[in-house]
Amino acid sequence: MPEHIHLAVALDGAGWHPAAWREPAARPRELFSPRYWTDLVRTAERGLLDLVTIDDTLALQTGTRGVPDERVDQVRGRLDALLVASFLAPLTSRIGLVPTVTTTHTEPFHVSKALATLDHNSRGRAGWQVRVSAQPAEAAHFGRRSVPGWDAARLGTDELPAELADLFDEAADVVEVVRRLWDSWEDDAEIRDVATRRFIDRSKVHRIDFEGRFFSVRGPSITPRPPQGQPVVAVLAHRRVPYELAARSADLVFVTPTPARGAEAVLGDVAAAVAAVDRTEEPLHVYGDVVVALDGPGESGADRLRRLDDVAGEPYTSDTTVFGGSAAELADLIASWHALGYRGVRLRPAALPDDLDRIVTDLVPELQRRGLHRAAYPEDSSLRGLLGLPTTVPNRYAEVR
Amino acid sequence: MSARKQIILGAYLGGVNHHTAWWHPDAGSQIDFSTFEHTARTAERGKFDFFFLAEGLALRERAGKVFDQDIIGRPDTLPVLASLAAVTTHLGLAGTINATFNEPYELARQFATLDHLSGGRTAWNVVTSFDAFTGQNFRRGGFLDRSQRYERAAEMIEALRTLWDSWDDEDLVADPGSGRFLGRPDAGAFAISGTQFDVHGRFTVPRSPQGRPVILQAGVSPQGRDFAARHSDAIFSPYGKLPEAAEFYRDVKARAARFGRNPEDLKILPSASFVLGDTEAEARERYEVLRREQITGQTAQILLEQVWNRDLSGYDPDGPLPDVDPDPEAPPIIQGRAFVHQDRFETVARWREIAEAKKLSLRELVIDQFERGPFVGTPAQVAQQIDDFVQNDGSDGLIIGSHLVPWGLDEFVDEVVPLLQERGSLRADYPDPAGATLRDNLGLPPLPRHSGRAAEAV
Repeated sequence: MPEHIHLAVALDGAGWHPAAWREPAARPRELFSPRYWTDLVRTAERGLLDLVTIDDTLALQTGTRGVPDERVDQVRGRLDALLVASFLAPLTSRIGLVPTVTTTHTEPFHVSKALATLDHNSRGRAGWQVRVSAQPAEAAHFGRRSVPGWDAARLGTDELPAELADLFDEAADVVEVVRRLWDSWEDDAEIRDVATRRFIDRSKVHRIDFEGRFFSVRGPSITPRPPQGQPVVAVLAHRRVPYELAARSADLVFVTPTPARGAEAVLGDVAAAVAAVDRTEEPLHVYGDVVVALDGPGESGADRLRRLDDVAGEPYTSDTTVFGGSAAELADLIASWHALGYRGVRLRPAALPDDLDRIVTDLVPELQRRGLHRAAYPEDSSLRGLLGLPTTVPNRYAEVR
Repeated sequence: MSARKQIILGAYLGGVNHHTAWWHPDAGSQIDFSTFEHTARTAERGKFDFFFLAEGLALRERAGKVFDQDIIGRPDTLPVLASLAAVTTHLGLAGTINATFNEPYELARQFATLDHLSGGRTAWNVVTSFDAFTGQNFRRGGFLDRSQRYERAAEMIEALRTLWDSWDDEDLVADPGSGRFLGRPDAGAFAISGTQFDVHGRFTVPRSPQGRPVILQAGVSPQGRDFAARHSDAIFSPYGKLPEAAEFYRDVKARAARFGRNPEDLKILPSASFVLGDTEAEARERYEVLRREQITGQTAQILLEQVWNRDLSGYDPDGPLPDVDPDPEAPPIIQGRAFVHQDRFETVARWREIAEAKKLSLRELVIDQFERGPFVGTPAQVAQQIDDFVQNDGSDGLIIGSHLVPWGLDEFVDEVVPLLQERGSLRADYPDPAGATLRDNLGLPPLPRHSGRAAEAV
C-alpha cells in the first residue's frame, strides 16, 4: 500500500456542473484561450497534484449523453486535448498531462507518435485517457463507418450490445498497436557512430506487424521510444466491458462509485475484470472519480450545488459521486476510499477555477496534515514515477532478441 | 524598381536527410524538445516570419531495411508546434500534414486548436501521398491512386475551410447574465459531400484567430503549379537560383492572376541553406568539406538507387556511373522517400552526359546533382546574395535551413540578419507587440468568409 493517495484533477470546459460557466469567477469567453489552460494547470501543479486529465470527444457536448441537442445555454465546443496538453508541456515541469484521445475514428499510428511526442516534450509526463467514440454523431463526422445509436436505458445492465462491445475490442487493439509502436525503437537505437557512419543500430528498430480484426499496422514508428518507455494509459469505466478493457490494456482505471453501487462494490467489479482477463503484470491502479463542490466564503459546497442547479433549471446528475462540503469532509471520503484500496482519486471540479483553487488551498493542506498527500514533488520524476508505476519498463522487442 | 520588397523568412529544422550534419561534434538531438525550442527562439530573435517542420509517415527503407546511414526518426509535427506556441510569441508555426492519411474533422480541429493556442500563428503545408508503403501504417492502406492526389488535396482543403468557417465570429456569446452560451442553436453545423468525403454534423472548435491557417504547398508540374496558384497563400519553390527561380516566380504569379487572385497574395518561398566564413575563401572551403561529408559513397549509392531502382552496392563510388539501365518494373528498392525523377531513363541519360562532360565519378555526380545551392560567402556577401535574389524576383523570401542542428541558425541570425535589416529588406521588429497573426505578418489580405457550398472542387 502506498503511503499517500494520488490526486488527479479532471479538467473540462468551465467545470463539470452545466451551470458552472455562469459563476462569477468563471471565464467562459476564455475556454478556448491559451491563458485559461495555462492558469488551470499551473494551479494544479502548485497543489503538487499527480496529473490533470483533459477531456475530449469528436462531437459537440450534449445535455444528455449521446443525444444531440440544439441547446444554447450550456458550454459547447472543445479544443483538441492532446494539443492543449502539448502546449502545457513546456509551461509545467512536474505534473502529469493526460489528454483524452479517442480510438474509434482515429489512426493508431498518429495516436502513438502524438503521445510519444507529448512524452518527449514534457520529459516523461505524458499519459493517455483512452476513449471509444460510441455516438452516431461522431461517426457522421468521419463518414467512414456507422455506429448504431444506443439507448442509455439499455446500458443499465452489465452487458453491452455486440456492436458497442466491438468498439472496446477495437480500442484494445488500438492500445496494443500504440504500445508496440512505442517499443518499436529500443532506447539505445540511436548510436551516432561517426566511424562507421551509422546514425542508428538498425537491429534495434522494429516492425510491429500487427494484424487484427479491425486494422493492420506495419511500423516501426517514426518517433523514437518516449522517455517513459510506456507512457501511462488510463481508462474511464463504468461496467464490465470497459473494466475488462482497462484490465487488459491500461495502467490506471478511473471508476465511478455512486450511492447505488458504492466504492467497495466497484472495487470488487474491477477485481473480477482483472481476474477474467488474466492480467499478470503490474496491478491495475484504481482511481475513484468524484465531482467536488467545496465550501467557500459565505457559501457551503452543498448550497452552491443547489444554487447551480437552480441556475441550470434542473438537478445535476452525474455518472459518479457528487460531493458538496468542506475540505475536511472530502478528505474523510478520500481517506475512506484509500482504506478500501483505491490508489487515488480523480477530482472533477464542479466549477472552474473556484473548485480547483479550493482543492489546492484547502483540500491539499488537509490531506498533507493527515499524511495522505506529498509535501513536495520528488526530484526528476516521470509520471510513472509519481504514480508509483515501475519506471524501468522492459521493451518487448529487446526481450525477444 | 519600386520600394524594396520585405524578405519573408522561414526557419526550417532539418533532419531525415543527408544534409544535416549529425556527425558534427556540436550536433544536438533531433528529438529532444530543447532542439526545437532553441531553433524557434533563435528564429524569433531574427524576426523570422515562421518556423517550419516537415513530416514523414514511414521510416525510409532500402531493400526492406531502415536507413541507418543518416538521420531517421522525428517527433510528431503538430504536438511540437503546439509546444512551441507556448515558448514563442510572434513566430508563425508551419507544419506539413498529409491530406491522404488524415480525415477532415480531426485535422480541422487540430489546426483550429493550434491557431487558438498560438493566437493565430498557424500554417499548413498540404501534401498528399499515394504510396502503398506508407499506407501500411494506416487503417485504409495505400488507398489513394496517384491520379486522385490533387482531387484529394482540393477536397481536403475545401472540407477544412468549411469546418473552420462553421462557427461565425458571433457564435461564441458566453454571456453569464443572459445565460446564452451559443449565439445560435446550430453553431458549427456543416455538411460536406464529394468524391473523397461525405460528412456532416457539428464542428467543436469556435472560429480561430486567423479564421484558417495560412496554406502552403509545393508544386512543380503544370498541374501542381495551377493547384498551388489557386489554393495556397505561399508556394515552396524548388528553384533557389536565378534565372530559373524568376521564371517560376513569373509563371506561378501569372497563374494566380488567371484564377482571379492578386499575384501579391501568393508568396513564393524556396528553401535555402547557407555557409558562412570570415572570408569568401574560408566559406568556400567550409562548403567543400561539408558537401563531401554530406554525400558519402554509401549515401551517393542510395540516392542513385532510387533512380535506377537497382541494387548498386557493387559499383565503386569513386568509379564511373553504373553502366546498367534503370529497372522501373522491379519492386521499389528505396521506400518512404519521395521520388521526383519521373522518367528514370531520361534522368540517367542526362546524368551520364554530365558525368562525361565534367569527368565526374559516381559520388561526384551525386554531389553535383543533389546540390541545394546554398548561399556561400562572408555574412555581407550572403546578405547581398539573398537580397539580390529576392529583389530580382527570384522569390518573396526564403525558408532557411542549417546543416547544424540546433545551433546553425544562430550564426545566420547573429551575422546575416542585421545586415539584411540595415539594407532595409528585413523588418527591425515585429509590427505589433501582440495580436498580429501570421497572415498579417506575411502581408496577406484578410479572409473573406468561406461559404463552403458554392466552391467547386479542383
